[in-house]
Amino acid sequence: MTDKLLSIRGLKIYFHTFAGVIKAVDGVDFSVDEGEILGVVGESGCGKSVVGFSIMGLTEPPGRIETGEIRFNGVNLPDLDERRMRKIRGKEIAMVFQDPMTSLNPLYTIQDQMEEVMKLHGDMTAEQRKNRCIELLTEVGISQPQTRLKNYPHQFSGGMRQRVIVAIALASNPKLVIADEPTTALDVTIQSQILKLMKRLVKEHRTAMILITHDLAVVSEMTDKIMVMYCGRIVEKGTRDDIINRCRHPYTIGLLGSIPKLASRQNRLFQIPGMVPNIMNLPPGCSFAPRCDYAKDRCRTVHPELADIEPGHETACYYPVER
Amino acid sequence: MKKTGAIWASEFVHNFRGNISAMIGSVIILFFIFIVAFGPSLVRQNPYDIASLQLIDAYKPPVWLPDGDPNYILGTDGQGRDVLASIVYGTRISLFIGLTAMICSSLIGSALGLIAGYYGGRLDGVIMRIADVQLSFPSILIALFLMSAFGKGIDNILISLTCVGWVIYARTVRGSTLSEKQKEYVQAAKAAGLPNRLIIVRHILPNVLTPLIVVGTIQIGTFILIEASLSFLGVGVPITKPSLGLLVKNGFDVLLSGLWWTSVFPGAFIMLLVFGINLLGDFLRDELNPRLK
Repeated sequence: MTDKLLSIRGLKIYFHTFAGVIKAVDGVDFSVDEGEILGVVGESGCGKSVVGFSIMGLTEPPGRIETGEIRFNGVNLPDLDERRMRKIRGKEIAMVFQDPMTSLNPLYTIQDQMEEVMKLHGDMTAEQRKNRCIELLTEVGISQPQTRLKNYPHQFSGGMRQRVIVAIALASNPKLVIADEPTTALDVTIQSQILKLMKRLVKEHRTAMILITHDLAVVSEMTDKIMVMYCGRIVEKGTRDDIINRCRHPYTIGLLGSIPKLASRQNRLFQIPGMVPNIMNLPPGCSFAPRCDYAKDRCRTVHPELADIEPGHETACYYPVER
Repeated sequence: MKKTGAIWASEFVHNFRGNISAMIGSVIILFFIFIVAFGPSLVRQNPYDIASLQLIDAYKPPVWLPDGDPNYILGTDGQGRDVLASIVYGTRISLFIGLTAMICSSLIGSALGLIAGYYGGRLDGVIMRIADVQLSFPSILIALFLMSAFGKGIDNILISLTCVGWVIYARTVRGSTLSEKQKEYVQAAKAAGLPNRLIIVRHILPNVLTPLIVVGTIQIGTFILIEASLSFLGVGVPITKPSLGLLVKNGFDVLLSGLWWTSVFPGAFIMLLVFGINLLGDFLRDELNPRLK
């Protein structure tokens, strides 16, 4: 396990609110290799972003990491104090946020914001920093980087801002990039451009990436491995092929089934029946059991653990669907 | 950078030129800046220099009344002091107090507001409860109390006004900080490894500055009024450094005996000064408030 870039074991993050304890992440294990792209999929509120933030050490109260380890390069991140954690943030692990409209400070030029990370984590001269900015902007496909550097965020379109944000994330050559819904706020044509760009850059720099999204179409295009979360737990994980073509968990099947297919005629779009249960009051057994067509008595009493069904392909289901 | 600056400036200037009250306000303020800068070299008398006073010239009426002396355009007070000269020197003191107190209280208030808003929790609770308690008293009462404890003096006035004035900055800044810190660029700055104090100074402060300019402008006027009231009540500036408020008080004793000019003219100047500041402040409030755009 030591050769993994990031390995997370038994991670539990609870939010202690007045209304009760919210188990946002309840026992999650996964790992990411160097240069690998992991897709984390699930609907809103399933805890996928909380996992992302916890890796950065940015779990905000009332949230708290209860147990579990987050080993990055062999170091358990929750053990580090704030000062050492700051040296990792932005330098070793960078983050790309959802909304390009608000994740740049409107008052500073693009150059100021790109150089901020470089000033913080390196000792480059002003000249070197500027050249690096130009190089990065060229890499993310912004034309005339020389003049664009002096622009303010409002002079950029949404897609271009997201390119800048990707450039900032890559500025210090991080080993891991956490992208939290990086394309949700963009329109579809720009989405695929940005995704292709991110995939190319990550592969070129041998950077690992965790891509958090609710959009299975996004992950199916660009990830190596996929992990599906539901109500704070992993329900299925495996290689992209495992999940997209050979998924066994009823929830994953439901998710995949609810993507419209343009190529074939389809009368009605599949919909997973029921609603996500209240996370403060989860059913005793499998969280998905109330919505599951295949659920039996056992599903409603004891929570299923993740188990291998093929090498490297795990699912948390007593009765994985045969396909 | 140059281009956006020009656009911003031209829109600002355009709106400014269309706004008559803003123009009047700035003319008034320019007039006062002129008085403060060049007034002392234009008036004939230094009211603090007792040797230059002629007791024989006491209570001369303004120049347009019978017995008026062309040397004393606005008349003289009981010691033969030129009212106009006193006003010129008094305006300097009043404006100095208003400006300095505004700067001090905005520095302290916004620092506390940033801390309270950004860190939240118990610190926030303590700071804002102090502010609430303070807001439940009229500010003149607090200032009056502090001045009677500290004694007269310009430095003590500055301290009292700062104690009274920081609250509004703290509340304004805290409010904007709370909404700013939810924005993703703050999260992004955190994720880039910026320490909290740098996030506060470099990212949040510049984004909460605009309302401060508005509050600050209007507060100069408020402070000048509070200082005038304190001086009028006899706990303000020392008699050797008369502000406009103290001039009103000095003349007030003889106001009813018909020697109105020693009191009314300084009073009119206070009114004019605060009026100008408020006109400009209102314009800035409308102009810099993104919600009204």
